[in-house]
Amino acid sequence: MSFNSQLLSKLVEIYGPSSNEGRIRDFIREEIKDYVDEIRVDALGNLIARKKGEGKRVMISAHMDQIGMMVTDIDEKGFLRFTNIGGISPIYSYGQQVIFENGTVGAIFCEPVEDPSKIKLENMYIDIGAFSKEEAEKKVSIGDICVYKGHFSENENVVFTPYLDDRVGCFIAIEAIKEIREPKNDLYFVFSVQEEVGLRGARTAAFAIEPDIGISIDVTSHGDTPKAKRFAVGLNKGAAIKVKDRSIIVHPYIRETLVKLAKEKEIPYQMEILEFGGTDSGAIHLSKEGVPSGVISVPTRYVHSPVEMASKIDINNCTKLLVEFLNTEFDI
Amino acid sequence: MSNLEFLRSLSNHKGISGYEDSLNELIISHFEKYADEITTDKLGNIIALKKGCSPDKDPDKDRVKILIAAHMDEIGLMVKDIEENGFLRFTNVGGIDPRTILGQEVIVHGKKELFGVIGAKPPHLQEPEEQKKAIKMEDMAIDIGLPYEKVKELVSIGDPITIKRQLIELKNDRYAGKALDDRAGVVSIYECIKELKNLSHEADVYFVATVQEEVSMAGALTATYKINPDIGIAVDVGFGTTPELDKADTLELGKGPGITLGGNIHPGLRKKLVETAKEYNIPHQMEITVGPTGTDARAMQITREGVPSLVLSIPLRYMHTSVEVVDMDDIRNTGKLLAFFIKEISKDILEGLLCY
Amino acid sequence: MLLKRLTEANGVSGNEKEVRDIIISEIKDYCTSLRVDRLGNIIAYKGGKPNSKKIMVTAHMDEVGLMVRDIDSSGLIKFLPVGGIDKRILVSKTVLIGKDRIPGVIGAKPIHLQKRNEWSNALDIKELYIDIGAKSKEDAEKYVSIGDYIAFDSQYVEFGDRLVKAKALDNRVGCAILIDLIKKVEDVSFYAVFTVMEELGLVGAGPAAYAVDPDISIILEGTLCYDMPKVDSHQIPTYIGKGPAISLVDRTTVYNRKLRERVVAVAEKENIPYQFRKTSMGGNDSGKIHIAREGSLTTTISVPCRNIHSAVSVASLEDYENTYKLVEAVLTDLNEEGYDELQ
Repeated sequence: MSFNSQLLSKLVEIYGPSSNEGRIRDFIREEIKDYVDEIRVDALGNLIARKKGEGKRVMISAHMDQIGMMVTDIDEKGFLRFTNIGGISPIYSYGQQVIFENGTVGAIFCEPVEDPSKIKLENMYIDIGAFSKEEAEKKVSIGDICVYKGHFSENENVVFTPYLDDRVGCFIAIEAIKEIREPKNDLYFVFSVQEEVGLRGARTAAFAIEPDIGISIDVTSHGDTPKAKRFAVGLNKGAAIKVKDRSIIVHPYIRETLVKLAKEKEIPYQMEILEFGGTDSGAIHLSKEGVPSGVISVPTRYVHSPVEMASKIDINNCTKLLVEFLNTEFDI
Repeated sequence: MSNLEFLRSLSNHKGISGYEDSLNELIISHFEKYADEITTDKLGNIIALKKGCSPDKDPDKDRVKILIAAHMDEIGLMVKDIEENGFLRFTNVGGIDPRTILGQEVIVHGKKELFGVIGAKPPHLQEPEEQKKAIKMEDMAIDIGLPYEKVKELVSIGDPITIKRQLIELKNDRYAGKALDDRAGVVSIYECIKELKNLSHEADVYFVATVQEEVSMAGALTATYKINPDIGIAVDVGFGTTPELDKADTLELGKGPGITLGGNIHPGLRKKLVETAKEYNIPHQMEITVGPTGTDARAMQITREGVPSLVLSIPLRYMHTSVEVVDMDDIRNTGKLLAFFIKEISKDILEGLLCY
Repeated sequence: MLLKRLTEANGVSGNEKEVRDIIISEIKDYCTSLRVDRLGNIIAYKGGKPNSKKIMVTAHMDEVGLMVRDIDSSGLIKFLPVGGIDKRILVSKTVLIGKDRIPGVIGAKPIHLQKRNEWSNALDIKELYIDIGAKSKEDAEKYVSIGDYIAFDSQYVEFGDRLVKAKALDNRVGCAILIDLIKKVEDVSFYAVFTVMEELGLVGAGPAAYAVDPDISIILEGTLCYDMPKVDSHQIPTYIGKGPAISLVDRTTVYNRKLRERVVAVAEKENIPYQFRKTSMGGNDSGKIHIAREGSLTTTISVPCRNIHSAVSVASLEDYENTYKLVEAVLTDLNEEGYDELQ
């Protein structure tokens, strides 16, 4: 089975927290520019790439932004205090390395607390090994955002790396852009910004594009690890077709089309109901007069931690399903 | 069909948020006798237009547009997993209090309609401490009495589930059933469109049976964007008075719709609505909600450049259970009030009403 | 004095008329155009040198307050909070009810009659009530009605080292600054929008932004300040006396970094003291403005206020004046050149 580890490993390691996606946007732009007809960037920073075709106007969304931590204070001794950008868990952050846009490295630790299970972000700090405020200020400023410093690893089954959410979605979208030669529909690939803080990029992009159909590619959780909360989705059981989460009840036509395609083309699939969380389709489906929308999800373990894990076969199946979906003749 | 028959058919029918399309035939067949045009939009809203007539026989454009919304979706459940013994695990769609569904009969809408029962750990096997606490939905399961293999053939993850309930007649023209929130509202706006046949009105009125109000107001947001009305009116339900509730928070059954006051409501329009009620002797009550209401009007008010909005609430007891109680008089009076209000609205007086 | 007039006017969220009328009377002779939209927002335009981008400056007109919920048989008034109010600040305060400003006091069970263990529990709003001295329900109904809006009874007072105490500094400081901008700034084109119901969930801002469709917006606010002694510096959101607070991130917006850096550059060039708003709690109209239509850039510049959302909020007049200076300088700067680098 061929899997483009090279591309994915580059995507996950490029700096791009919510509101500051410039670098990842530049990389993706370079990667896809020879395969699309039009490219533009909007006011919030969304990268919008069009592959022209007849048929319906479809908006495909994968978010480029990452969760991160923003520096709000630098104390006299050079320790940094921070707030979260997106969903950061104190437990997953404790003891982790972080990295700033300019390459400065730090480690997150915590004030001593009575009850470790109750640690909050306010009790934590980033140590960049500066011994005074002045020294620290030479390297970082208030308002700078850092992300988990991780490393891409893999074996024959899975990939282990931070930020599969949602660089794996970007990966799938890029692979689809390259694979589709003569689009049967008018395809707008949106590499969106600020999904992690409230689906903000997708909302404004959908307003401008006015699609007939929306589809996003994101990660979903898992239920297949020891004593995990009950959830029917697991690794290596196929592409997850979303039914509902907190932001959307997927339009029946979109959901049924995806299931039908998966069966016809023999792509393994599983149905997904997520009892928390949302994706870009949550914003797309409410745009203007409404847009029938759905989601293809990559089952992922340990989402929003520094080591997320997904199965390579699942990722490839998601790509296959997306390509089949985009080549469909829709009758809606 | 009479209001009661329509209410009964609607209440007994399935149609949880996101899965309202099975209601289309029932609702369209009622409204099409009175509407000039009926369509469904991209997310499934049903839109019935009753055109007005301008006094000087103007062409269609430029008439005042009024949007009246009642949501057709009901809260319900959804299959989220299938156990090895064929029992179903489920989640909620919309605000369901887990305490109201223990021991309930349900219908699972799989490849066919399957009867089921919601059970949980028997009390004998629970610690005394456990017995004092409410049981979580996580710990409940639906028994459809079939083995795993058979269940897998007939049921999929994502299948909708509704409570099994038929409308029940009580005293004093009051009825109990499921989904009266907000199918009672749908019957009210039906009453309104019937009344309008006998009244002349200038405004174009869009009667919308909206989708997904219970989860996201997706229907109201997108229908309002599409129609872009001058006035938006949500017809929903309000908390009916019962002894353990504070009177200040409730509406009495049989005393007419609640007319809401607060930030979500345009003061000039509200004043006109109350005047209309007094002029035509329609019983009504006061309801206050400080900020955005929990109705389609919340979405209508902030769409595009903003839409002046009103809310009418039909008093309803035991909201979000499957034994919601309404008084038929209230449904009828709400519909009539709407019709008389619409009659009063013309381009000439609109500016004055909406002025701050 | 403008700020006194504005803070002593009553404009609880959903009932901003009194404040709106004052603002209109102040600005009408200085605007190119002025209208009130369907929700009560004021949308004004000051024409000047044409810009390549559309600039909007906003301030919300509403304040938090209360509303009459019920009148009980003895003539006591039950109420609801309008906007986010810490219920613990209500006991033993005076209020003004309705258009006629009927005075009332918020009381509760006297402490002598409470058991010792009751003392440590905050009183729930349902246990509080307003007494206007009425003898009975019928008597009370001569003066107040259900649905009447209630504002804190608090006068504008200057004290200490150029400090001000008043109610509604959030956000009459913003309104006052915007009024002054309209009057004094020449030769810059910008939309000045006074929004409604920010405190109820940024209700007015979305439709206003939809109508104006700005490229860049400056949101003026009064913001949290908690600079008590012995609190760790990283937990202090802003300080009194350190100048206008520039927002980094809050619950509704991650502020565009380049625009923010430009504001900082202007402050440093003009030698205006400034600070960063260090907490990510709270939100303001920017939340709805930056994601309206196809999206746009926003920056929020605030006057720090202690005891925000209470009858006794406190701000420094020096911070207020410096905030005005900074916003005026930013407006002029944005008018001059080089927007595209902000993308």
